[in-house]
Amino acid sequence: MANYLLINDEQADLLNSIKEILHKELAPYVKEYDQKGEFPMHVLKKLNEAGFHSLNLPTRYGGLGIDKVTECLVMEEFAKVDAGFAFSYLTSGILFGFYEYNPDVSEELRAYAADRLINGDITAFALTESDAGSDAAAIKTTAKKVGDEYILNGTKCFITNGGIADFYTVAAVTDKTKGTNGISLFLVEKDRGVQCGKEEEKMGLRLSNTVELIFDDVKIPAANLLGRENYGFKYVMHEMNLARPVNMAFAVGIAQAALDYAVKYAKERVTFDKPIIQHQGVGFMLADMEMLTQAARSMVLYAAMAIDKGLPLGTLSSTTKTFASEACMKVTTDAVQVLGGYGYMKDYPVEKLMRDAKIFSIFEGTNQIQRMVTSNILARSK
Amino acid sequence: MGRENSKNVWVFIEVYDNKIRNVSLELLGQGRVIADQLGEKLVGVVIGDNIAGLANEVIAYGAETAIVVSGNEYKDYSTDGFANALTALVKKYAPSVLLIGATRNGKDLAPRVAGRLETGLIADCTDIEVNSEDRLVEWTKPAGNMMSTSICPDSSPQMGTVRSNVFKKPAPDYNRAGEIVAEDIGTKADDIRTKIVEIIKTVQGETVNLEEAEIIVSGGRGMKGPENFAILKELADILGGSVGASRAAVDADWMPYAHQVGQTGKTVKPKIYLACGISGAIQHLAGMSSSDLIIAINKDPEAPIFNVADFGIVGDLFEVVPLLTKEFRRIKNG
Amino acid sequence: MNILVCVKQVPDPVEIKFNSETASLIRACAANIVNPFDKYALELALQLKEKHGGEVTVLTMGPPQAVDALKECYAMGADKIVLASDSLFEGGDTLATSYALFCAIKKTGEFDLILYGKQAIDGNTAQVGPQVAERLGVAQATCATGIELADDKVLVAREQDDCQEIIEVKMPALVTVAKLAVEPRNPNIRRKIAANKIEMPVISAADLEGIDAARLGLTGSAVKVKKMFAPPVRGAGIKIENETADNAVKALVDYLSNAKAI
Repeated sequence: MANYLLINDEQADLLNSIKEILHKELAPYVKEYDQKGEFPMHVLKKLNEAGFHSLNLPTRYGGLGIDKVTECLVMEEFAKVDAGFAFSYLTSGILFGFYEYNPDVSEELRAYAADRLINGDITAFALTESDAGSDAAAIKTTAKKVGDEYILNGTKCFITNGGIADFYTVAAVTDKTKGTNGISLFLVEKDRGVQCGKEEEKMGLRLSNTVELIFDDVKIPAANLLGRENYGFKYVMHEMNLARPVNMAFAVGIAQAALDYAVKYAKERVTFDKPIIQHQGVGFMLADMEMLTQAARSMVLYAAMAIDKGLPLGTLSSTTKTFASEACMKVTTDAVQVLGGYGYMKDYPVEKLMRDAKIFSIFEGTNQIQRMVTSNILARSK
Repeated sequence: MGRENSKNVWVFIEVYDNKIRNVSLELLGQGRVIADQLGEKLVGVVIGDNIAGLANEVIAYGAETAIVVSGNEYKDYSTDGFANALTALVKKYAPSVLLIGATRNGKDLAPRVAGRLETGLIADCTDIEVNSEDRLVEWTKPAGNMMSTSICPDSSPQMGTVRSNVFKKPAPDYNRAGEIVAEDIGTKADDIRTKIVEIIKTVQGETVNLEEAEIIVSGGRGMKGPENFAILKELADILGGSVGASRAAVDADWMPYAHQVGQTGKTVKPKIYLACGISGAIQHLAGMSSSDLIIAINKDPEAPIFNVADFGIVGDLFEVVPLLTKEFRRIKNG
Repeated sequence: MNILVCVKQVPDPVEIKFNSETASLIRACAANIVNPFDKYALELALQLKEKHGGEVTVLTMGPPQAVDALKECYAMGADKIVLASDSLFEGGDTLATSYALFCAIKKTGEFDLILYGKQAIDGNTAQVGPQVAERLGVAQATCATGIELADDKVLVAREQDDCQEIIEVKMPALVTVAKLAVEPRNPNIRRKIAANKIEMPVISAADLEGIDAARLGLTGSAVKVKKMFAPPVRGAGIKIENETADNAVKALVDYLSNAKAI
């Protein structure tokens, strides 16, 4: 593990165990489920048995309570095998951040969410709507308070884990007149009547489940409000600011997988009497891919360390997201190039990695938005 | 037990379905060789119920003496019953050597008896001979990638188990004279702590009889998946043979264990052994290297299987095997 | 129910390399694993525990690094793990090994059921289990593919040479386990981390009261290895390389008909 100089023995031990089980339980199914565009539920069951679902839950709720740095390393290890599955599977734990770090959230609700997750429940975050992506404040789903209940109405789209989740964290408008200051978050259990719409046929991350969610007079108890009413948008911005750089650990995993395969191929494939890695044109490409991957990982782990220490991220959230996602796209595209015609074929794994890479420049706020945020921070800085 | 005064070579005769198992007959053959080298007698021990008729068989296959222990409690094999009877006999007669077939029951019984007698036991021997100098039996078997020869110098009897097909079954001579000794050794019902409740025949429809197959077409890791064994089955069918598998293929659940050839599977001795996509680890070779003809098909020219193959093809088995099937079908249809 | 599973740490067969020049095994780089059949035994023990309650203890005898095998068993769900380690135990045949294990089991506790893998994939003798049963004076069943509890007995599905048997075995009993229909469960990550922190009881020969050192290890072995040698090489025959499949097949068919094999 020359790429991971700073990990300690405990982390190495954890990563080795995870790697071993992923290669046994997940790797054999990736190709089939990528073709089908389906989430392999049986793999989830196996991994839950092995206790992987509790990795990032706090110890006081029975989880392992690993820190962000370790979590990033775990995410990368998962993504090396399949980023789509990794994203679906690990999202539940990551989303607990909404409950864990927010002092406004009641301990009852926090413990309730933790308890469901530790028992293997899956969760999803429902923010995006067809007319509200990067401008999340434009959402139209409403939550109306009637007595001790809220009644939710609206439609969410592109919801990761939407179709397999047992409960959701939903953003809805509670005061139309206040714009971003009129949005609230709710914990909504699936069995309160949340309906799933069509499952999306995606370009990449095809093992993750992505659907439309329909809320048609879904009633939830008032106690399911997360924190304070109309503070939802603040909570989302805060939480996404933390999750954004960390989620790029998946992109690093994809890049590393593409790089590893390209290097292996370039050592074996012989043209003009030598392995193609000895041709400078290819060798330099691989060197650049290594550089980008190392740099992306360094940024992700740096951001994770800052989060572990409770430091403000400044531009780090947006810059890490933008850099790592673009590095991932470049590395996977070049991996296809290194493999030449074979790289373009589905028989080889790199075209899939290239498909998986693209979404990272789009979701969690597009890279264009991130550049805007970064330049705004710079403009404001003294 | 100590060595002094121990004498004669014993073979435990395993009975199944009122017949003597082949491996026991094969052991009478090799037991004869050892007994002659030692200048001692060969004795077959039969334990069962209504088995008196089998004693003549034991003698016909080369023994001077057949010891018969008969009783209703020995109708089915039980560890407790058989271990009791066999140890009692050993204590009474003090044989120098005791050979047991490495069947499921043989391997259940042998260690129990050796443990009770505090003597040595060597598992799955592929060669047994007497050292003419110290007159000790030398037991040879594969050990990892090597062969090891062991002795049991200080305790008695010297015991070993042997798989079927390792030694040749001798030709019976029903005119041979011999002595039949009936021994009355009872085992109390309470002392037998196991009972057979049910016997389930293999459900696979066809029984796998690799040990007796004349032609075996075997597949290994190179088969890439369970579905590909169909092409081996097709070839085996044309040739009237059976399908075998290496441990790698069985461990991957591509084929049931009953098909496994090798040290931990079956020892086979067919006329033709066709190894497809099998690299040839020593533990596999231990189970098939005494085949008359070995044919190997493997992509890797360095595969050790080529070191033992009479005829090797370096190539893609997925091309070669179907072509072979086609060719044999053509020959068969004249 | 009190269940003991005895496991052995063995070199991973996938990683053992053979040095053809010195004709010896290269094990330095080989990773160690829990003997696969022992893992099936543990899986069966854990299933029995889940169904009927009780406790599963895992015992291994081996060098200090065998503790890794025990940790894996703990991560799979074993309640207690015990290491028996002493240079006096090393190098024994099955008679000496079973004596050492017998003494270690006596020290570890009283068990209703003792499970072994049907054989260890390094030595493949399949003798230690039955010999421990003999020393403990308990009933035995070998090559089990399933175990069910029935009062003071267990029903054991037993792999036979040409069929399957169901046998009833009185407890206490020792059962050796073959490959099961289900794969052994994965180690649980949380238990794995916890395993690193548990205090490991190590039994040495000195801890075993009344043990007869003369019956241990090489000294206590009835079987002595006289020599090790490279297997006789069956000469390589014809080898067809760089030929089309068509030509290769023709050559083979000619060869077989010349040899009058078909």
